[in-house]
Amino acid sequence: MVSIEEVYHVSRLAKLMITDEEAQRFRKEFEEILSYFDILDEIDESIPPTFHVLEISNIFREDVAKKGLEQSEALLNSPRKEEGYFVGPKVVE
Amino acid sequence: MKVFEWKNLVNEKGCFEAVSELIDRIERSKLNAYITICKDEALRLAREYDRGNLKGKLAGIPVAVKDNITTKGIRTTCASKMLLNYIPVFDAHVVEKLKSEGAIIIGKTNMDEFGMGTTTETSYFGVVRNPYDLDRVAGGSSGGSAAAVANDEAVLALGSDTGGSIRCPASFCGIYGLKPTYGLVSRYGLIPYANSLEQIGPMAESIEDLALILEVIAGRDERDSTNSGRDFIFREEKVERIGIIKNMDASEEVMNKFYEVMSNFEYGEIEFPSLKYSLASYYIIAMSEASSNLARYDGVRYGHFSPFLTSWSDYYSRVRAEGFGMEVKRRIMLGSYALSAGYYGKYYLKALRARTLIIEDFKKAFAKFDVLVSPTMPSLPFRIGELKDPLTMYKMDVNTVPVNLAGLPALSIPIGFIRGLPVGMQVIGNYFEENKLLSFAKIIEENI
Repeated sequence: MVSIEEVYHVSRLAKLMITDEEAQRFRKEFEEILSYFDILDEIDESIPPTFHVLEISNIFREDVAKKGLEQSEALLNSPRKEEGYFVGPKVVE
Repeated sequence: MKVFEWKNLVNEKGCFEAVSELIDRIERSKLNAYITICKDEALRLAREYDRGNLKGKLAGIPVAVKDNITTKGIRTTCASKMLLNYIPVFDAHVVEKLKSEGAIIIGKTNMDEFGMGTTTETSYFGVVRNPYDLDRVAGGSSGGSAAAVANDEAVLALGSDTGGSIRCPASFCGIYGLKPTYGLVSRYGLIPYANSLEQIGPMAESIEDLALILEVIAGRDERDSTNSGRDFIFREEKVERIGIIKNMDASEEVMNKFYEVMSNFEYGEIEFPSLKYSLASYYIIAMSEASSNLARYDGVRYGHFSPFLTSWSDYYSRVRAEGFGMEVKRRIMLGSYALSAGYYGKYYLKALRARTLIIEDFKKAFAKFDVLVSPTMPSLPFRIGELKDPLTMYKMDVNTVPVNLAGLPALSIPIGFIRGLPVGMQVIGNYFEENKLLSFAKIIEENI
């Protein structure tokens, strides 16, 4: 069972504002989808999880400086910028 | 249109004229395959080709690029309101490769928002219509790329495939579409949805054309840490042992068509006990990765923003509520749920254990067979609006997702029509055995 409180809790974790209507809809859908996922409960816990399909480890390159984005390019798509910085909302509440 | 047919057209009337006509066709089309048409640059390059200044393996060939693949200076939206005005400042690896071989990028194609869908109905720009029946979907998520190729609105196209997003629309639009082995094509510049599952791949009207563009986009790129560093060169290989995955799903009419084609071959059959876990495993992994990947959309550095700067938490939550569509929200929410305290072991870790079982089933199968086959999709193209609830839509990916979980290459081949609607066959190969897939597909192509 998924409670409406759980839906709001997850929406806060995901930083996603939802309306009451959306919360009701998600609650119902999640119950159905999550119960479908329960089929995985049959799987033996001794089977190791696969995180990556290819057995490749970190590929290192020489530690040489390369040309990156110009400051103006990095800021190009930002709606608010000041003296070469992004302007964001206040972090301390 | 195949590449050789395009070349004939160019020889006859010149590249500029041929590209102009193609753009006219796109502008008059009812399919809604494109989000952005690169008219000026395409015509400029066509003129360069006519002057003999455009060289390479794809010189003068119009290629459509899915709109989740980054193109410098060309708006790249992922079919989302979130990226409505996003102009990338760099090219994806595959786009650099296309340009270096003289391709003409004709436009950016419509898709499900951030690749999350099977029908393109989740696109902010509206659904892509099927070229064979305008009341039906073109499939998804790379629906625009498939419809464009099928309707001669491009000669070649790039899509991306996280759980079937190249193979499904290829099947629904009656063309060829390949999801390469994980790590064959660099993902640098592919706007991420689920990194451990997705690959960029080609779509075309013949095997030869598919191989041509794959040769261009495959290969080393140190900017993608999962890149294998391997190149791809097409050469025909012997394919002797063909296995049908018996417990894959399809309607009776699709199954009949599939077995009718397979009756031309000697084949064995194999059952995958793990198949019943694959959809649950796939959706948990994809949603979990999505919830983390899409955390980057903060309304500060790029993307949709709100004019009111309130507190960080409020601003961030509001921008995302406004910018994302319903299916994207659903997947971010479910992914966050699956990764949240107390549920990680129940959902995410179990999904990864199922992934191990699926890989083991494929290993056993490839000890016996060179290629594995099944119908690509369980049904004919859906009517627009036909799939009403999310779980019903997720279940349509049942045949395509196991390949992404295992990282294997797979191809959808057009095998004919039922009541005027295309049917596709999926061919799956072992790691980096794209040549076996393409060789088998070529035999089918020559015999249908």
